[in-house]
Amino acid sequence: MLDALTLATGVAALALAAWCGFAAYRDQPTKDWHFIGMAVVALLALVQLVVGIVQLARGEKPDQGTTIFVAYLIGSVACIPAVALMSLTERTRWGSVTAAAGGVVLAVLEVRLFDIWGG
Amino acid sequence: MTSSEQGTRAEKTEKTGKKSGKRRLIGGPGMLLVWLYGVMVVGAVSRSAVQISTEFDKAPLAYSLSAVAGVVYGFITYSLVRGGDTARRAAFVCCALELAGVLVVGTWTLADPSAFPDATVWSDYGMGYIFIPVLLPVTAMYWLRKGVLRQQLPETSA
Repeated sequence: MLDALTLATGVAALALAAWCGFAAYRDQPTKDWHFIGMAVVALLALVQLVVGIVQLARGEKPDQGTTIFVAYLIGSVACIPAVALMSLTERTRWGSVTAAAGGVVLAVLEVRLFDIWGG
Repeated sequence: MTSSEQGTRAEKTEKTGKKSGKRRLIGGPGMLLVWLYGVMVVGAVSRSAVQISTEFDKAPLAYSLSAVAGVVYGFITYSLVRGGDTARRAAFVCCALELAGVLVVGTWTLADPSAFPDATVWSDYGMGYIFIPVLLPVTAMYWLRKGVLRQQLPETSA
C-alpha cells in the first residue's frame, strides 16, 4: 500500500514538474490548472503521511529508523504547498520554474522514502 | 520633503520586500534560488540534527560539517528573503564561503576518505544532492552580482 502510494506520488510529482516546466518554457506563470494539479499532488503526499503513520501505529518498522521516516513524510507534505505559495508571489515564468523544481524535489524525497521504508 | 518621502518609501519597500525591484533579491530567478536554498537548509539542518543527536561518535567531523553547512545555507536564505544591499553583500560573501567549503570538503573526502566514515552534505562535491551544493553558490553569486547592475539601471516595468 505504502509502496504503491510512494510510486504514485513520485510519478505525479514528476508529471507536475514537466507540466510547470512546459509553462516556464512558454514563458508563462502558473495558472489555475497548475494549482489544481499541485493540490492533487499535495493531497497524495498527505494521504501518504496518514497511511505511513497508520503503518507505524500498527507496529511496522521502517528500515532506516522511524524519525527519519516521519521527517521525510512531513517534508513531502510541505514541499508542494511551499512552492505553490512561492509561485503565487512570483507571477512570471520563474514562478513556474520554482514549481517545477518543487516537483523534482518531491520526486527525490519519494525515492528516499522508498529506500527508508525498505520496499 | 520629497527626499524624506522617498526615504519612507524605501524603508517600506525594505520592510515588506514587495513592489519595486530595487532592493528585492527574490524577484525572478531569485525565487528559484530561495526555494533551492530553503530545501538545502531543511536537508542539512535536519540531517545533522538527527545524526548529531543519535550517532555523533560515529563520524563527528562529518556531522559537524553538515551542521555548519546548514547554518550557512540558513543565513543565505534569510539574506535573500530580507533583501537590501547589506544583505546582498553578506549573502555574496557567504556564497563564496560556501563554494570554498564545498570545494575543500569535496576534495578532502576524496583525498582522505578515512576521516569521513559517513557522508556530509558536501561529500564528493555534493554528489548525494545531485551536485546542487556546488552549482548553487555559483548561480547565486552570478545572480547577486547581477543585482548590482540592476540597481544602477532605471527601474523596469517588471
